[in-house]
Parts: sequence; C-alpha cells; structure tokens
Amino acid sequence: MKGAAVKKLLVVAGLLAWPFFALANESAHLDRAPIDPNNQASLQRGAKTFVNYCLNCHSASYMRYNRLTDLGLSEAQIKANLLFAGEKVGDTMAVVMPKKDAKAWFGTAPPDLSVEARARGADWLYSYLRGFYRDDTRPTGWNNTVYDKVAMPHALWQLQGQQVLKAEEKLDAHGAKSEAHTLVLDKPGSLSPSEYDAVVADLVNYMVYMSEPAKNQRLQLGVIVLFFLGLLFVVAYYLKKEFWKDIH
Amino acid sequence: MSKYLTGLLGWVDERFPLTANVKAHLTEYYAPKNFNFWYFFGSLALLVLVLQIVTGIFLTMNYKPDAELAFASVEYIMRDVSWGWLIRYMHSTGASMFFVVVYLHMFRGLIYGSYRNPRELIWLFGVAIFLCLMGEAFFGYLLPWGQMSYWGAQVIINLFTSIPFIGPDISLWLRGDYMVSDATLNRFFAFHVIALPLVLLGLVAAHLVALHEVGSNNPDGVEIKKHKDPVTHVPLDGIPFHPYYTVKDIVGVSVFLIVFSAILFFAPEMGGYFLEANNFIPADPLKTPSHIAPVWYFTPYYSILRAVPPILNSQFPGVAAMGLSVVIFALLPWLDRSPVKSIRYRGPIYKTWLALFVVSFLILGYLGTEPSNVWGVFDTGTPVVGGADRATVVARIFTAVYFLFFILMPWYTKIDKTKPVPERVTA
Repeated sequence: MKGAAVKKLLVVAGLLAWPFFALANESAHLDRAPIDPNNQASLQRGAKTFVNYCLNCHSASYMRYNRLTDLGLSEAQIKANLLFAGEKVGDTMAVVMPKKDAKAWFGTAPPDLSVEARARGADWLYSYLRGFYRDDTRPTGWNNTVYDKVAMPHALWQLQGQQVLKAEEKLDAHGAKSEAHTLVLDKPGSLSPSEYDAVVADLVNYMVYMSEPAKNQRLQLGVIVLFFLGLLFVVAYYLKKEFWKDIH
Repeated sequence: MSKYLTGLLGWVDERFPLTANVKAHLTEYYAPKNFNFWYFFGSLALLVLVLQIVTGIFLTMNYKPDAELAFASVEYIMRDVSWGWLIRYMHSTGASMFFVVVYLHMFRGLIYGSYRNPRELIWLFGVAIFLCLMGEAFFGYLLPWGQMSYWGAQVIINLFTSIPFIGPDISLWLRGDYMVSDATLNRFFAFHVIALPLVLLGLVAAHLVALHEVGSNNPDGVEIKKHKDPVTHVPLDGIPFHPYYTVKDIVGVSVFLIVFSAILFFAPEMGGYFLEANNFIPADPLKTPSHIAPVWYFTPYYSILRAVPPILNSQFPGVAAMGLSVVIFALLPWLDRSPVKSIRYRGPIYKTWLALFVVSFLILGYLGTEPSNVWGVFDTGTPVVGGADRATVVARIFTAVYFLFFILMPWYTKIDKTKPVPERVTA
C-alpha cells in the first residue's frame, strides 16, 4: 500500500509534467552560442560592446543603466564608462536617433533590443552577428546569411572585416549537383576571426542577460523553493498517513 | 479564551449559518473513502483559480491596458516592480497549468462516469466552467500585446466572420474596430479582469453546490448513499471531507506545487509552449508572423478547425466543427447508455474508444502547434490522398475519431460487455 501510494504520486507528478516532453525543436542552421551567464567579465565586456556599437541605432528602453550593478559594476563605473550623452544612471537605454529618421535611412526603424534575445534565441543572435557579407545589390551594401535582405548594415565590420559569400557547386553521392554557400573573409578587420567570435559571444551573453535580468535570482530562488516544498511534502505525507491510519 | 470564542461563534451562528455551513460542506460532508489520485485535480483546479485571481490582482496594479504601453508595462513588471517577475511567471505558468489540471479533472469524469445520473448538472456546470476558462485564457492572451497575442486574437476573431449572414458584424462588434487595436485591448482587459472571473466564480460555486447536494462519485462508480448507518445515517463508505480529504489534498497540493515551481523557476517559457518566443516582439499590425499557432491548450480544437475543408468557399464548417468539439462534452450524460459508470466495470469496446479518443486529442494537440505541412506531402501518385499534406490527412482521420467517440457512444456503450458492479466500494 505504501509503495502504491508513492507510485501514484509519481504518476501525478509525471502527468503534471507532461508538457515538458513536448518541447519545440527548431531546425535552422545556427551555430551554438558559446555563452556563460555566470561569467561576469564576459557580461561586462558584452555590455561595453552593446553600449558602444548597438545603442547608437537600437534602443533597449526597458533596461536601466543602473541595473548593470547586477554584473558587478558600481554606479560610478557605469557613469564613467557607459554614459556618454548626459543620461542619468537610473535612465533606460534610450536612443537619440528619431524613429522617423531611422525609417528614412534604413527603411525600417531598428527594433528595441531589450528582449530581442528572448524573441530570437542566443544561437540566432550569435550566428546573425557573424553572418554579414558584402552584397552590392543591397542598398546598404550588406546582406546576411541568417536574415536575408536584412535592413541593418554590418555595425561591427571594422572589427570583423568584410566577408563575401562564395558559392561552390558540389556533387553528392548520387551525382546530383547542389550549391553550397560559404562565408569567406575577404578583407580582414582589426580582430582575428577567433577574437571576433569571442566579442560576439560576449555581446550575445550580455543580450541574453538583458532580456531577463531577474533570471539569476529566479534560478537561485527556485532551488530554495523546491527544497522547502520537498519538506512540506514529507510533513504532509506523514500527516495524511497519521490521519488515515484507521480508514480501511 | 475558548469560552469567549465559543460565545462569539454562538453570536455569529444566531445571525449567520457558519457552523451549519462548515458541517454541511466540510466536517459532515461525506466523501467516498476510495478516492484515488485522479481525485486530486478538482481541489488543484480551485487552488490554481485562487492563484490566478491573486496574481492577477497584483499584475493589474502595474499593467497598462493601452496599445502604446501594454508591452512595455509587462517588461516594467518583469524588471522594475518588486517581485514582478515572480508574479508574472506565476500567472503565465498558472494559465497553462490550469488547463493541465482541468483536462485531467475532465478525464477523471470520463473514466469513472462522473457525468452520469444524478450528476448531470455538475457536469454541465463543469463544461460551462471549461468554456469560460477558454474565454478567459483567450482574452488574457492578448494583454501582453506581443506578436502572437495580436495575431492570435486576429485569427480567432476573424473566425466569427465566417458565420453566415451575421458573421462580419459579430467580429466587428467583438473587435470594436476593423482590426485588432487599442479598442480591442481595452475590452479584452475588461472581459479578462472582471467579466469572466465573475462568471467563473459563480459557476464554480454552482459546480460545488451541486456536487455537495448529490455527493461525489468514486472510482467504483457506486452510490455510497445506498448503504447508510441505520443510526447515524452516515454513508458506510463515506468519510468526512475534513479532516480526511483536506490532509490528503495537502499532499496533492505539495506535489503539484513542486511541479509548478520547477516550471516557474527553471523553465517559465516551457520551450516556447507556455510563453512563445514571438510574443517577445511587440505587436505589429503590419507584420504577419510566418507561423501563427495558438497556445498549446487550444491546439486540439485548432487542428479540428484546420482539418475540416471549406464547403462552398466558406470556412464556417470548420469553425462549427471546432465549436462543436468543445460543446459536445455537454451531451455526454445522455450519450452514455452503459449500465455501469466506472471504467473498472466497462467492457473492451468502451476502453478501446476511450483510448482512441485520448490518442486523437493528443495527436490533434500536437499537430495544432505545427504548420500543416510539418510532415510534408503525399506523393502525387498516391491514390486518394496524392498531393495532400500528410499532417492534414492525419488530422482529418483523428478529427473523425474524436467525433465518432461521442456520436457512436449510445451504440457502443449499449452493446459492450460489462462486469458486475459491487454493492460497496472496493479498497
């Protein structure tokens, strides 16, 4: 009887958890972003890249500068290193560029990036930021392997250099022709390819953090809550047993 | 001290039937002693209802029902409101878990025949609660004002357009505009935070009053009121709800909260099923997402909608089938002609149909989350189905099975071989 009761509870738990087994599987060709949310140095470097490169056109209007204290920065450090245009440390990461101008220049206003990482996923961002190549048919001169005909020019080109898309004809085992596209670095930038990948990884790491700043707290609290509920279960289980011992 | 408390209780009881109600609904409400784990989900549904109302109240304090501000106010809750992220995740996880619990609660009703005489009204109130809950979920889903919120509402409201003659006017009336807009958001907010919760609470009260009038069914499907103690008139197989089932439900509640918290703290998006990635992009009336799917708990019905082909260029048959697939549950008490209630004493034919129904529900649910070409198309050379989407053909077959479970029920429950039902509940 005891074993049966425990088994039943396990079944309940399993039934309640069934949506766990229905997880989505997206199958785009994205590179896995090598990010570590616990690496504070990486997050700080990412924040710097974000403020220096992304924030000129994109806003992150739900993110406050002083929230960066999460990353081990003091307010004085934030003021000294990340605030350039007289913002207050409690301000959100707004953008000066008017939406109307942005639309005229790029064809579409650059999206707010506060929760972009939750909309796109880290792997998408990591692949996208490494997927720009020269394409003279585009108004900006840039195209992207992840986001075809993207309106955004390559903001990090001075770091990465210029890539071009090389088409190669391939014969598979059955003799059928297929075209494979590979990105080739045409003109190197100020960073080596591996250094550039590391910069992008830091940036993506930061954007993932920024999309849900409370995540770290959520994970920590979760462990405590589950521990408490585990205790509650044990107490409740023996309380029930005590009350029910004369029911047959 | 206890003298004064007893005095106070007496004072109250002379003016309000407090002790009488506690007795009638808790300490002298006799429930069958053989409830198994399927019987946790009723009290769990009540728990989630309270959770949704309480977290909803706190969300309302910071949410802005305005097309310009809604999306930002949700992010404000997630970032700047103290514990806002926890309240929001409790509410979003609660929405999905409400359906998990209610689906399991309904399945309990199916397997033990809880909808049968004399519990038809409990069942009807329950179906009404389910419909109300679907409305509540639908209206609430628009409020974060993300792309999926927006386009999901757009698609569902447009379904009403296909109703002959009055359809276009109905959808315009629901929307309050020619497209989903600020006006729609405002009225959906009103429906979500006050109109439907009121109806829902009333229906839940009616569901419980009706239940306590006739008493609970049990896994054996026998009436415990048939065998009462000759002196006390207490059912021999009944035990007081309090303390026996209250302490037992606390065990169920702790297991449920463990699962709930595991999702809330470690996978609040649930791989995109509880919170969809597209909903982190603000609503944009000019950009239609390439794939619009409802949240997982609506997908079986959405699959049925897509599976029914248009007739005379009208989508109405699909819409009608979708509506019917939900409402048809209400007919169960009169469709089931079996002499027994519980699956324990039913024959193989019913068990087979029930299994087919569950499989249909799950497969339709899965297919509803995917685009209809998810499994590719049949070769054009294939007889009958050549060139058709594989997934659509499968959805059609299981839509048919879904409805046949109900339509053929009067027949197969009658001819099925049943086992003898015991007089008293079994251990």
